[in-house]
Amino acid sequence: MAKHDVKVLGTWYSPPGMRPRIALNIKSVKYEFLEETMAPKSELLLQSNPVHKKIPVLIHGDKPICESMIIVEYIDEVWTSGPSILPSDPYDRAIQRFWAAYVDEKWLAAMIGLRSAQGEERKAFLDQVTEGLALLEEAFGKCSKGKAFFGGDRIGLLDIAFGSLLGWLKLTEKVNGVKLLDEAKTPGLVKWAERFCADAAVKSVMPETEKLLEFSKVVAAKMKGAPPPKN
Amino acid sequence: MAEEVLLFGFWGSPFSRRVEMVLKLKGIEYKYTDEDFSNKSPSLLKYNPIHKKVPVFVHNGKHLAESLVILEYIDETWKDHPILPKDPYERANARFWAKFIDDKYLSAIWKSCTCEKEEREKAVEETSELLQFLENELKEQKYFGGETIGLVDIAANIIGYWLEIFEEAFGVELLRKEKFPKLCNWASEFVSVSAIKENLPPSDKLIAFLQNRFGVGNASK
Repeated sequence: MAKHDVKVLGTWYSPPGMRPRIALNIKSVKYEFLEETMAPKSELLLQSNPVHKKIPVLIHGDKPICESMIIVEYIDEVWTSGPSILPSDPYDRAIQRFWAAYVDEKWLAAMIGLRSAQGEERKAFLDQVTEGLALLEEAFGKCSKGKAFFGGDRIGLLDIAFGSLLGWLKLTEKVNGVKLLDEAKTPGLVKWAERFCADAAVKSVMPETEKLLEFSKVVAAKMKGAPPPKN
Repeated sequence: MAEEVLLFGFWGSPFSRRVEMVLKLKGIEYKYTDEDFSNKSPSLLKYNPIHKKVPVFVHNGKHLAESLVILEYIDETWKDHPILPKDPYERANARFWAKFIDDKYLSAIWKSCTCEKEEREKAVEETSELLQFLENELKEQKYFGGETIGLVDIAANIIGYWLEIFEEAFGVELLRKEKFPKLCNWASEFVSVSAIKENLPPSDKLIAFLQNRFGVGNASK
């Protein structure tokens, strides 16, 4: 199969949308970024992801691949000459997949809840978010084995899964006036976050906090506090 | 080299049964512990402190949770009878459907069976739409995995066996043969595969369990 002709359908603000782009950057694969309009959803999106109708979609040749972390694994399996995104040991791979699923299912749900919650409910979500970060701090210690990233010397699957959420995490800190990543409680993650955001594969696709802040105000005004499109 | 393979599960759970099905398919010997939900064992809580759920899989002291993560680990470690194809696009497709099944189906089936009467029609319609996706995906194949069962078939054990159990336990009809002929056909092929058949909980026991646990007298037809 021809390895050229790679498109990513996504948005500049969506964390899952960043993930395929980071993976392609790691592999030095040239791709065309198609900015999805979302409202209304484009014909291309509806045709290439008829089940979920969500971004991101990777279009490789004429084949669409959906679900951000599945796309990342696909990229890793197709472009084998570039640096590996998943480790080679099956157990290490399973641990990366486990935590990536945790981030997307449990932790992200708490983050989304936090954004629109009030009062007691807000405190409950905040507790869930910080407990999750404590777990991820511990996971970082075990996965990184003293190295820079969850994936070791280089960005790996879990770095991409969790790191793609850093833009929104910083936004949440700013809007809520809380410190989620904290030098005292999550020192490993604080340093990891700096390294992740500074990485060449990430820098060009990570949205700026100010830009996200402006965008979130627009979204909030339109949707009256409902969470933004997920996945 | 002596392998130590442990599985903590629940006899009625489709998730822990998935792991047993794959272990059986690959001829892997393991030691099984059945968990009592009202009294979770210290081992379960130790090996899965995050979710505190079954299945939990332990291989030579290394523990894993989440059934789909466990299935891929088993497939990568024991190479006989692979459950994922070799081609990256087909692998991505298999993972897509397995994840979709996990994210949507059990909760939709559950909702259809246990919701209030006035919400029943809508819930059943939503489940029907989900089933249609899988009906379409089957095309002309015997199994989702092609000629042999694969990851998607195993993930779809919820539809292959548990769905009918729920239908009987709660008196709801979800998988009609006229509407889903391929899926019904697939289900009967699926449950006759020996690695699957040997790992299905007895239907009357599971129906009784569901009815007792979830007070089926409250659900109206």
